[in-house]
Amino acid sequence: MAIAQATTHASTKPQTGIWSWITTVDHKRIGILYGVTSLIFLLIGGIEALLIRIQLMRPEMSFLDPDTYNQLFTMHGTTMVFLVGMPIAVAFFNYIIPLQIGARDVAFPRLNALSYWIFLIGGLFMTYSVIAGIAPNVGWFGYAPLTSAQYSPGPNVDFWALGLQILGVASIMGGINFITTIINLRAPGMTLMRMPLFTWMAFVTSFLLITALPVFATGLFFVTFDRAWGTNFYNVAAGADPMLWQHIFWLFGHPEVYILILPGFGIVSEVIPTFSRKPLFGYSIMVYSGILIGFIGWGVWAHHMFAVGMGPIADAFFAASTMIIAIPTGVKIFNWLATMWGGSLRFTTAMLFAVAMVGMFTIGGISGIHHSVAPSNLQQTDTYYVVAHFHYVLIGGLINAIFAGIYYWFPKVTGRLLNETLGKWHFWLFIIGVNMTFFPMHFLGLLGMPRRIFTYPAELGLADMNMVVTIGAFIQAISVLIFLANVLRSVKRGELAGPNPWGGLTLEWAIPSPPPVYNFTAIPEVRSREPLWAEPESIEKQLKEASPEGIHMPGPSFWPLVVAIGIFLSMALFMVDAWWAPLVGVLLTFFGVVNWAFEKN
Amino acid sequence: MSHAAAADAHHTSTGLPTWKIGFWTFIGSESLFFGTLISTYMVYKGRSLVGPYPPDVFSIPLTTLSTFVLLMSSLLMVLALNAVQRGDRRGSILWLFGTAFFGAIFLGCQAYEFTHFYHVGLTLQTNLFGSSFFILTGFHGAHVMVGIVWLLILWVMALRGQLGPQDALKVEIAGLYWHFVDVVWIAIFTLVYLLQ
Amino acid sequence: MSCRWGFPGQRALALAVLAGALALAGCAGEYPQSVFRPVTDFAVTLDNLFTHVFWWTIVILVVVEVILVFVILRYRQRPGQPQPKQIHGNALLEIVWTIIPALIVVFIAVPTIRTIFDTYEPAGEDALIVEAVAHQWWWQFHYPEYGITTANQLYLPVGRQVEIRLRSNDVLHNFWVPRLGGKRYNYPQRVRPGEEPRYNFLVFTIDEAGEYPGQCAEFCGVAHALMRMMVVAQPEPEFQAWVQQMRAPVEPAEGSLEAQGREIFLRSTCIACHTIEGTTARGVLGPNLTRFGTRWSIGAGAADNTLENIAQWIRDPQSIKPGALMPGTTQGAAGMPPTGLSDQEVAAVAAYLHSLR
Repeated sequence: MAIAQATTHASTKPQTGIWSWITTVDHKRIGILYGVTSLIFLLIGGIEALLIRIQLMRPEMSFLDPDTYNQLFTMHGTTMVFLVGMPIAVAFFNYIIPLQIGARDVAFPRLNALSYWIFLIGGLFMTYSVIAGIAPNVGWFGYAPLTSAQYSPGPNVDFWALGLQILGVASIMGGINFITTIINLRAPGMTLMRMPLFTWMAFVTSFLLITALPVFATGLFFVTFDRAWGTNFYNVAAGADPMLWQHIFWLFGHPEVYILILPGFGIVSEVIPTFSRKPLFGYSIMVYSGILIGFIGWGVWAHHMFAVGMGPIADAFFAASTMIIAIPTGVKIFNWLATMWGGSLRFTTAMLFAVAMVGMFTIGGISGIHHSVAPSNLQQTDTYYVVAHFHYVLIGGLINAIFAGIYYWFPKVTGRLLNETLGKWHFWLFIIGVNMTFFPMHFLGLLGMPRRIFTYPAELGLADMNMVVTIGAFIQAISVLIFLANVLRSVKRGELAGPNPWGGLTLEWAIPSPPPVYNFTAIPEVRSREPLWAEPESIEKQLKEASPEGIHMPGPSFWPLVVAIGIFLSMALFMVDAWWAPLVGVLLTFFGVVNWAFEKN
Repeated sequence: MSHAAAADAHHTSTGLPTWKIGFWTFIGSESLFFGTLISTYMVYKGRSLVGPYPPDVFSIPLTTLSTFVLLMSSLLMVLALNAVQRGDRRGSILWLFGTAFFGAIFLGCQAYEFTHFYHVGLTLQTNLFGSSFFILTGFHGAHVMVGIVWLLILWVMALRGQLGPQDALKVEIAGLYWHFVDVVWIAIFTLVYLLQ
Repeated sequence: MSCRWGFPGQRALALAVLAGALALAGCAGEYPQSVFRPVTDFAVTLDNLFTHVFWWTIVILVVVEVILVFVILRYRQRPGQPQPKQIHGNALLEIVWTIIPALIVVFIAVPTIRTIFDTYEPAGEDALIVEAVAHQWWWQFHYPEYGITTANQLYLPVGRQVEIRLRSNDVLHNFWVPRLGGKRYNYPQRVRPGEEPRYNFLVFTIDEAGEYPGQCAEFCGVAHALMRMMVVAQPEPEFQAWVQQMRAPVEPAEGSLEAQGREIFLRSTCIACHTIEGTTARGVLGPNLTRFGTRWSIGAGAADNTLENIAQWIRDPQSIKPGALMPGTTQGAAGMPPTGLSDQEVAAVAAYLHSLR
């Protein structure tokens, strides 16, 4: 195992070429890799969604055959959660956290590269199954015993169980890295309660990552062992209880919801103060409510399972705990409103998305409260009402925030601003499209449309609303294309940004855009929560007086990629019908880890 | 402090080595992993439809012995760390090897146990007990195996004289891992073997 | 507009929000699976609770959105505006907007928890018990009281309490007939010796005769969307008449095509899986076909119950319901060999099944 951290006297000049990207350990480059990769997966997940919507446009369509449809909705969910939602947040964590806390890199740069490579390989592994037409077809939460070898022969479920297992490894490593970075690499004077809220939410998210994912890993191992080795974890014939999977899955799955949404809260909490020219209202409450959400998030999992028939006491407990979690969430919304109240609001595209996040996330929160009401949940669960709810939470809450974050930090990453005119087209079309797609779904669900059906009879009377939904989905698609055009255009030809185009208040705006490899010439000492508003002269002076001479940055390494391939094989080779096959991957991992540990500086 | 911390080139907020914090975080994550495995075992306890059941196969005296050996290995680990910190090369070599050796004895007992169970007719596929027992203890055994390899690498380094007091953090972290694996075993031994 | 929403009128506010989209869509039909048209005590309870919660939450929603719009309009940046006052918080305000939502939560939680306990109330002694066993991808309904079994079309009496016991034969399924009330899982289990079987149940009394469609709501495999059912709620006398009918065999006329079909049915592999009361067909793997001709559909909602469709189904079930676990004339399925029936034989069997009314 690696004890020594690789360091070199490598030059502090940026490297170029493909090899430099493959061997990079720079948190900023890894952040960019994460971001670009997850945007590509966003397109894939989006195409899957469009195909689904074409099939549901009219009753009894035969655009897709049932199995293809089932593969597409499974992979749409899996892709959007694990290959878009989580990694795109990690992209922000990677790029922004070290800059916000005044660090030169994350705590474990090579581990960071390893996380990325595992994520990439795992994502490609799962996406390959879609292209090959053998994608998972059991829904993204794959309820046992449908995932067993008996009911799902063929490799489809293996791609799901092993792919998610691989991605989980990457997420746990990422969580460890960010926690350590935030605990240990803060600039002098940056106490925990002076950290920017984005970093705080990343901190809470990271704790959820390292605690929720091992639970999920165990459940997935059981799926794999049941399928590959004939164990009995979900085998009803041997007396197993298929609800075990649901408990394990949602014990992970609900913290996962907060893993997805807390980064969104963090981004919005940065964007709104900047463009209101007012500090965040109730900073401490925002921090504590985030922590509280993280904690209570562990005690609400079975609200996904009211239809299981767990009995009145369990139902009552989970209904109540779920309602309670609405309180800290509501506090956050009120605090964002109060931040804007009395401010001087500048509606850049970033701010528009942040404001839309507040408005639309609230709608998702409201339907969330409806779901917590266990008895009426019996009518709503497994219907489009749920689909509407989590899309309002994840698109309204997370994706809006992600777009806000991209418009906000793009100039920091590239040195150039995104085009505001295209940005506004993107924003308005996106908002119209999203609401047209997901608002009618509330009604579809309550009027009797279950989720995950590849067809519905005309007699249900749901055809016209489904048509509206499909049109909305295509409007969203157009808006995302405009966004991509904006990115591609602005990377090369966007207006030059300068270090602090928005008048931002956190440390990342004190350094040039894009930042140099070493980030800060000197690690600045901070004395306030809003360093660039409260003490700009002091920060500037500290950075100006130092020179980058003699800064030691970690050197490049390709061992993370080798270890990533090893870890991938040790999971993926479970699909080979030989018990020793995964050991090949284990050996490669061992080889890589030893070389990594003894890599010469 | 090792050169790891020095190589960070910037100060650490807590004053603790970054590796140590990272490793504790990892152990937190591992706890949840074993927690779920142990919980699954407990949930399925007494729910197997066919035998062999735990009382039919467990040999408490043997497992008590192997548990004792594993606990003693933790003691040797402490001695090893102490020797490395003091720069006592012979002590380092002796105690690191001793720890790994005791770990290997534990694994040997486990291998014997598994083989014995197999001959009595308990396999992964037999019943819920077989599945949840073998997977739980198997994952633990795999962790012990990783620990042994890790210790042996450190031992080779010590033999070659590459493990001085400046490398104490490396040994300390290996020790953290080893003690953690030990503690997990105590939980397993109590909940699986003793509380039948 | 002449459309029937099936919503309580008071929900017009929420509907208004959708007006734009709906104007585009127009509206049609009666929404036979609407949760807003409850016909049982159970469904009414759930609907009332939802309405109660709905209004509390709408208050929150409106407050938040109105403040948001106000802030957007009022505090827009104006040229030459000085830096706004830097406020870091206000303890009193923050306490207020923690306590008010907390109170609303209490107003929601109390009726919720009360209703949770109500929905777990067991049925009375004289309730009609129906065992609903879910299979990939059809429903089996067994009436222990009458000793009869049917599939996909569930007959229930109006005015008598009913307890649906939910089981599964394979994977998880979810019994949902929206107008009768909520859904619960059908889960598979292996009963240990000496243990009572556990199952989910739904208890309700239907107020209104009618036909109420429903379907499996938990994804259960390839044909999940085609695992539908129809509840036929009838006044007690008609229901009893149906029970009697289920027990009385249908005798096709001597020498007719139907009689020929019956003879073919009984000597082919059909009987390995299917039961028809009054004949020697006693298979239990597939749907019970007694009085098959009265069903609203074939293949659990996969196609209309017409002579042509039945014949097509017998020839090639996959062409109507992909994934169906039934062999066709030339293609096997689920480990079963093809039936090998000729086209004439298929026509005769179809005529026989269609005549089972």
